[in-house]
Amino acid sequence: MAVSEAVRKQYVPSIGIETHVQLNTNTKLFSAVGNDARGALPNSLISHIDTAMPGALPVLNRAAIGLCVRAALALNTQPQKFSRFERKHYFYPDLPKGYQITQYEAPIIIGGYLDVPEQHGSFKVGIERANLEEDAGKNTHPENADYSLVDLNRAGTPLLEVVSQPDIHSPAQAKAFAREMWLTMKYSGVTDGDLYLGQVRFDVNISVSKDSGKLGTRSEIKNLNSFRIVENAVAYEIGRQIELLEKGQKVVQETRGWDEAKQKSLSQRGKEEAQDYRYMPEPDIPPLDLEDEFIKEAGKDSPKLPNDYRESFKELGIDPKNIEDIVSVQDMTEAVQDIKTKAGPAHARRIAFWLHWKTGIYEEEGRVKPAPVATLISLDRMIKLSQMVEDKRLSSTAAKDVFYEMINDKREPQEIAESKNLIQVSDEGEIEKIVSEVLSQNAKAAEDVKKGELKAIGFLVGQVMAKSQGKANPQLAQDIIKKQLGL
Amino acid sequence: MSIAELASQVKSGQRKAADLVDESLKALENKKEYDFFISDVADRARSRAAEVDMQPFGRLAGVPFIAKDNFLTFGGKTTAASNILRPFDAPYQATAIERLEAEGAICVAKANLDAFAHGSSTENSDWFTTKNPHDKSRVPGGSSGGSAAAVALGVVPFALGTDTGGSIRLPASFCGVVGYKPTYGLVSRSGVIAMASSTDVVGPLAKSVEDAALVLEVMSGRDELDSTTIDRDEAPYINLENEIKGKKIGVVQEYMSKGLEPDVKKIIDESIEKFRQAGAAIEESSMPSLPLALAVYYIVCPAEVSSNLSRYDGQRYGFSATEAKDLDESYELSREQGFGAEAKRRIMIGTHVLSSGYYDAYYKKAQIVRTKIINEFERAFEKYDFLVGPVTPNVAFKIGERSSDPLQMYLSDIMTVAANMSGNPAISVPAGTSDGLPVGLQIIGPMRGDRGLLGAARAFEGLNR
Repeated sequence: MAVSEAVRKQYVPSIGIETHVQLNTNTKLFSAVGNDARGALPNSLISHIDTAMPGALPVLNRAAIGLCVRAALALNTQPQKFSRFERKHYFYPDLPKGYQITQYEAPIIIGGYLDVPEQHGSFKVGIERANLEEDAGKNTHPENADYSLVDLNRAGTPLLEVVSQPDIHSPAQAKAFAREMWLTMKYSGVTDGDLYLGQVRFDVNISVSKDSGKLGTRSEIKNLNSFRIVENAVAYEIGRQIELLEKGQKVVQETRGWDEAKQKSLSQRGKEEAQDYRYMPEPDIPPLDLEDEFIKEAGKDSPKLPNDYRESFKELGIDPKNIEDIVSVQDMTEAVQDIKTKAGPAHARRIAFWLHWKTGIYEEEGRVKPAPVATLISLDRMIKLSQMVEDKRLSSTAAKDVFYEMINDKREPQEIAESKNLIQVSDEGEIEKIVSEVLSQNAKAAEDVKKGELKAIGFLVGQVMAKSQGKANPQLAQDIIKKQLGL
Repeated sequence: MSIAELASQVKSGQRKAADLVDESLKALENKKEYDFFISDVADRARSRAAEVDMQPFGRLAGVPFIAKDNFLTFGGKTTAASNILRPFDAPYQATAIERLEAEGAICVAKANLDAFAHGSSTENSDWFTTKNPHDKSRVPGGSSGGSAAAVALGVVPFALGTDTGGSIRLPASFCGVVGYKPTYGLVSRSGVIAMASSTDVVGPLAKSVEDAALVLEVMSGRDELDSTTIDRDEAPYINLENEIKGKKIGVVQEYMSKGLEPDVKKIIDESIEKFRQAGAAIEESSMPSLPLALAVYYIVCPAEVSSNLSRYDGQRYGFSATEAKDLDESYELSREQGFGAEAKRRIMIGTHVLSSGYYDAYYKKAQIVRTKIINEFERAFEKYDFLVGPVTPNVAFKIGERSSDPLQMYLSDIMTVAANMSGNPAISVPAGTSDGLPVGLQIIGPMRGDRGLLGAARAFEGLNR
């Protein structure tokens, strides 16, 4: 790309993101059919409502409205008491009614914001609106076949479409916003948030302008399902737009698709040219008029949000990057928080490290794992293990091994440590004996330490550890070595 | 004999449901020349009758009825009289049908209608035009023309219809039977093929107000499958109180002026006089927005029709054009060949009024006027217990007389659509005849005032006997 960094800096990118959040209700938005299509045979989760049989009427799922209330609160606003549904018309085989039931003129959420952390501090992104709507089914086009297949299992799944203001100004911010929106919706219990299954998807609207007070012409890239792809797509699109403008050309307002293999956005123009959705009030669903009591009930016991935990974890003295890793996994975050409350920050810090170390197997961001470590080991057993380290009965290294064992071994940590012969020797007499032996066998090293070559002390501690089969308390061993050498 | 008496005879063993069903099925054959039904449901009806006879149950034990063919029913096809649904087998039954069956009623046939209920004469049926039982050269009215004819011909004690702009009351008036349009939402629309969702209502056609009230009694009330349904009255709809004496009745001036056939006017005037003699206070009532109701209706209704007919796309059920080479062609040919001219006309009008740039000018404006009509009804019912007027300006017209001119056809609904736009309950009760052709009186009640309205209609029936 021919655009220099200096030129690039003259432009301010403005990015707005629409997040499609699949609500984790038991049943679909308008029919009493299971909402979890994972592993289900095609068209096994459908009713006459989902297939748009003649005479079938939508019946609004109350639980979905409750989740919208929670989403509103998580986005720092109140739900709209009055909202209503509209029909959005187009013909496509995955849309059996020939219209999608959505919200247009009076959505359930208007306003709110999200505080998004970045490397230094945070930035605020306004929420324009969020509307509740039904998802469409899925079309597949088998290769070399003269037919397509339609699976309506997903048709009617409730989606909350959250539309942000164009308050995002860089690819990194776009990624951070997408991640924070995902976390916030997950933490508030609105969605299961499996990005791999498309439970949260992003459409990004991008424009660039030399005048920071004015937005340029935007393009939209639809259906992105990872934070990294959001970042890459935004970066590419900013570059593409600047290049166009620098060449004296214009940015066309259009929808573009992202080609992950080519790392390029491609125009989808022509496909949806002059699409007129003919919005119309949905006559089959009376307008919503939420009662205060319902809002109160739906919003009660709202869980803590990522920012609450970040604040709480500050005093643990963990590296902010590691805190972000922990916050990525809600079970882990909640476990650390519970331990902090129950046993204090020292235990919480230590256990956080263990948990974080074990997240290696959960590295694929955004993928919901069936059984995160934090849920496999009871908090009490974790705290007991941490207490053993606190009491110097177990070295940090040994504790990690025991922790790993505890995932499958349901015995008490003390028993596991004993059976693996890991209990630490903190008996001074015992260690003094070993130290004398080690010093006499390693006279050269002992001399070096005496001369001030402190590096050598590590070698001696190592020897003591080896002789004690790893059970000696290393700190104690070092102190005794120094004492015996008269340092 | 009333439906209640018939049911009690079945329950007491005096009569057999099987015999009643057989009589109706025989009558279907005997009166076939009137082309009032599309298909019979003979097998299912006979087995249901056997079931009822084993242990008679319900307030409608063994009572045969005919459902307009836009009600989803088991035992045969459900077509809405449209080619696009010619092969359609319903996978579930309408709530109204389920409730009637739960009280022992037995559906024996599916009545003819204007395809998708678009029309006022049954001439838009993709099958045939139903003949008026009083004069075979004339239409029975529509769109529930088959249902009205079936009752008038004595084939069944009652039939089900739907009323979106007058589709129960108009054929009731033309055929000389009682046609009841309940308050919007009183009877579930679940399983009824939608025409205009915001004005569609389900109602009975019967020989007497009492029979109609009993059928309403059984069908009405909230249904979890239809979110627009409302609670039914606690008190029974079979209202034996005299709802005329001491009541204030407004005569809708806008319906009594020009365009009314002299004979129709005379019969309505005489009816009003009977109300007066029975102790009602009669006043002239003016509702200036009513003449706009038809214009509003022909924006709102096609808009909803265009939306509701989107699902008939040839992809999942019903007619599908097999020669189509790709998806777009499949949509186009299936709809081109499956829909009749009137459905296409309404889809085009509806699509136009909803399209961007025209929405505000048509649809939005129509909704504003609709609100005005609702307000005028509300104000009128602060003053009056009931409003009365004709159902339609004339008696049944000749087959073919209006079918070439849609605007002329649309005018048939001019006095009925307002109650659909507002949701008020309204009834057509036989009031007299002009040269042997029936004329109905329309009585309109306040929202949810179904019980009082049925009481007034019943009392009028008595006065008119």
